[in-house]
Amino acid sequence: MSDLIRRDPRTEWIARNRLHPLHGEALFSTSGHPVGDVRGPSGLLRKNPHGVGFIGPNGIKRIDRLAIQLGESGPQGGQRRGAKAAVEVQLPLVTVESPDFYVVAVLDMVGGRLTGHDKDVLGQGHKLVAATEGKGAVVAVTFGDSKEEGFDKAGVDRLIQFRGEQYDGYSPEQRVTALEAVERELDPEYWLFPDSIAGGQELGCRLAARLGERPATQAWQVDAFTSLCRGGSQRIDISRETPRLLLLGEECADQIDETRHEAVVIELASVPASLSRIEDCGAVDVDPSQVPLGEAEFILSAGNGIHDWDQFHQAAETLRATEGASRVAVDDGFMPRHRQVGATGTWVTARVYVAVGISGAIQHMQGIGQCDKVVAINSDAGCDMVKRADLSVIGDSQQILAELIRLVESRQQGGAEDAA
Amino acid sequence: MQPDLSAKSLKVTSLISVGQHPKSGRARRAEQDARAVELGLTLSDDQLEMLHVGSGDKTVMRSYLGMGLPKMTLLKQGDRGDAVPVLCDYLATHAPDILLTGVRAESGEASGMLPFLLAEKLGWPLVSRIAEIGEVNDGVAEVLQALPRGQRRAIKVRLPFVASVDNAAAEPRQSAFGPGQRAGINDMPVAGGDDVVRSGWEESPARKKPKRLKVVKAKTAADRFKAATAKASGGGGKVLKKESPAEQAQAVLDLLIEEGVVR
Ligand SMILES: Cc1cc2nc3c(=O)[nH]c(=O)nc-3n(C[C@H](O)[C@H](O)[C@H](O)COP(=O)(O)OP(=O)(O)OC[C@H]3O[C@@H](n4cnc5c(N)ncnc54)[C@H](O)[C@@H]3O)c2cc1C
Repeated sequence: MSDLIRRDPRTEWIARNRLHPLHGEALFSTSGHPVGDVRGPSGLLRKNPHGVGFIGPNGIKRIDRLAIQLGESGPQGGQRRGAKAAVEVQLPLVTVESPDFYVVAVLDMVGGRLTGHDKDVLGQGHKLVAATEGKGAVVAVTFGDSKEEGFDKAGVDRLIQFRGEQYDGYSPEQRVTALEAVERELDPEYWLFPDSIAGGQELGCRLAARLGERPATQAWQVDAFTSLCRGGSQRIDISRETPRLLLLGEECADQIDETRHEAVVIELASVPASLSRIEDCGAVDVDPSQVPLGEAEFILSAGNGIHDWDQFHQAAETLRATEGASRVAVDDGFMPRHRQVGATGTWVTARVYVAVGISGAIQHMQGIGQCDKVVAINSDAGCDMVKRADLSVIGDSQQILAELIRLVESRQQGGAEDAA
Repeated sequence: MQPDLSAKSLKVTSLISVGQHPKSGRARRAEQDARAVELGLTLSDDQLEMLHVGSGDKTVMRSYLGMGLPKMTLLKQGDRGDAVPVLCDYLATHAPDILLTGVRAESGEASGMLPFLLAEKLGWPLVSRIAEIGEVNDGVAEVLQALPRGQRRAIKVRLPFVASVDNAAAEPRQSAFGPGQRAGINDMPVAGGDDVVRSGWEESPARKKPKRLKVVKAKTAADRFKAATAKASGGGGKVLKKESPAEQAQAVLDLLIEEGVVR
């Protein structure tokens, strides 16, 4: 064979015509490179835009930048949508083997779940680990039973869970004893607490007093050297050296959302029982209608789908829920104005929000953005509230509420008989 | 809950501090401390001692006294002094049955550590954020603690104890000017050390905290578009359509019980 380079005008022509069925092969044989990334003459990696993508069903070239269906079913429009939804991006796993030091974050875990504040604190923990020499691990300490499944995604490298009845309810003395055991065993580089009314502030102060540390409180900008702390009445900022024990304000640092962590459970050797001089006698019944709507933990909210208002009030009373309402219910005069939830009403923070006969207009949804669990009772399975809800029951509100009242009442009677 | 008669002979000490109006910054009666005094007055009006450590702003002290107390104790100390050792010394000799404080000071560092440090040094139990003190029998007090979201918890605690008073406690009574001027202030100069650690700190007027931006971490245009236009997300909820109302109600109740809102 001769060494002459011969051009093949036909292949070149096909390579220029991206609609030609043999385009891909022609491109490969003319450039001599696989389709896709090509090393250019200067050594740079070049993308060949003609080499990527596929021809869609209507003859138009499509580039799937999500790269999801590579090697999958192929470019059939209908199937691809489902495939996209099913694929959850697997975040990269960060592992710390035999860490040199620990940063311990003691979490609030309101209702057994991580709060936003808890996640901020964990984020701060990772910031401090990154700023300190050596390999560090962020240890989360929780008390009581937890329902949380997202420890790994919130940035927990190690997990210490104190369970058992001695940690239930108000048990600050026992909890501090447990934290002292952590101090002995791990000797943390930093102690982090959320400076919150949900228990973090109290526990942090108690431990600080016990260990003789002077904590930074309401700290909101912390690095390894200086901490910025909010002072009294939110009027001053105090800039000081970062101590070992910190009580962190909300949004002190960015939450972890791009990595996964191991969340390996650590068992402590043993925690001595502390002498308790405080006895928890349990929660006291508070009249739910006296609780301000914005603060209420459990709201039963009524909309245009309620036809029997006496029954609704009875349901709220039996469930011991605070009453809320949509704007329509308020405008129609069935509920007072201060009960309205939504953009022009109250922005609620309830942990559990039960929406009865509410369609879920955007103005209403804005008001319940911070709610954890939403339950919808509605006759229309296609409404927006059902899309937002964690549990939806489709049916007539009147019947379902009647059943609910019956169930709760029989439960209470059963409980009373058990107690007797 | 009305305190019973035996509670009348209780010795109660309320710690008071110089408060600060959140907007104007003017010195005033601190909210939580005034509530602590009010709580002390309902517990035992003749055996309540008001205690302040510091330079003792006259108008503020008098406004506390105007709540109906004949006298108070002032442990005189410079503004930079550390109150905790002074208080510990004083309380060791003049030990009350109940020591009431606020949760957080309204000026300065406002760490909220003081009740905890005192309880630790004195070796007394501490109950934080109380709303009410009920009956006191056989050296055990029934206390109502304020929890977030307007909830309350009943607690029994052995005397003597320290308690920090929450904003949920009863509103303080008005202060009467005349009686406040006539009441006596027992000055006691004390030799306490300065707060050395604090002198190394820098104080500045509070800066506005930057609001956290919603960062869209989408990698592709399609994701960004979705993030910008998405309506109520989720969609992963359970939907019960065909079940009978009884089953549906049971499912709702199960969730409420699991979340712990129905007991
Ligand atoms: C400027 C502005 C501000 C607004 N601000 C607010 C606000 O702050 N808060 C607010 O709530 N709204 C607000 N709105 C009004 C909002 O747009 C909606 O009109 C309102 O929220 C709808 O209320 P609803 O869901 O109760 O009624 P509808 O939309 O009528 O929904 C009733 C629902 O009940 C269901 N239903 C009917 N019968 C039954 C039955 N027997 N059993 C079970 N379900 C049944 C229906 O399927 C429907 O989903 C505002 C509107 C504007 C223009």
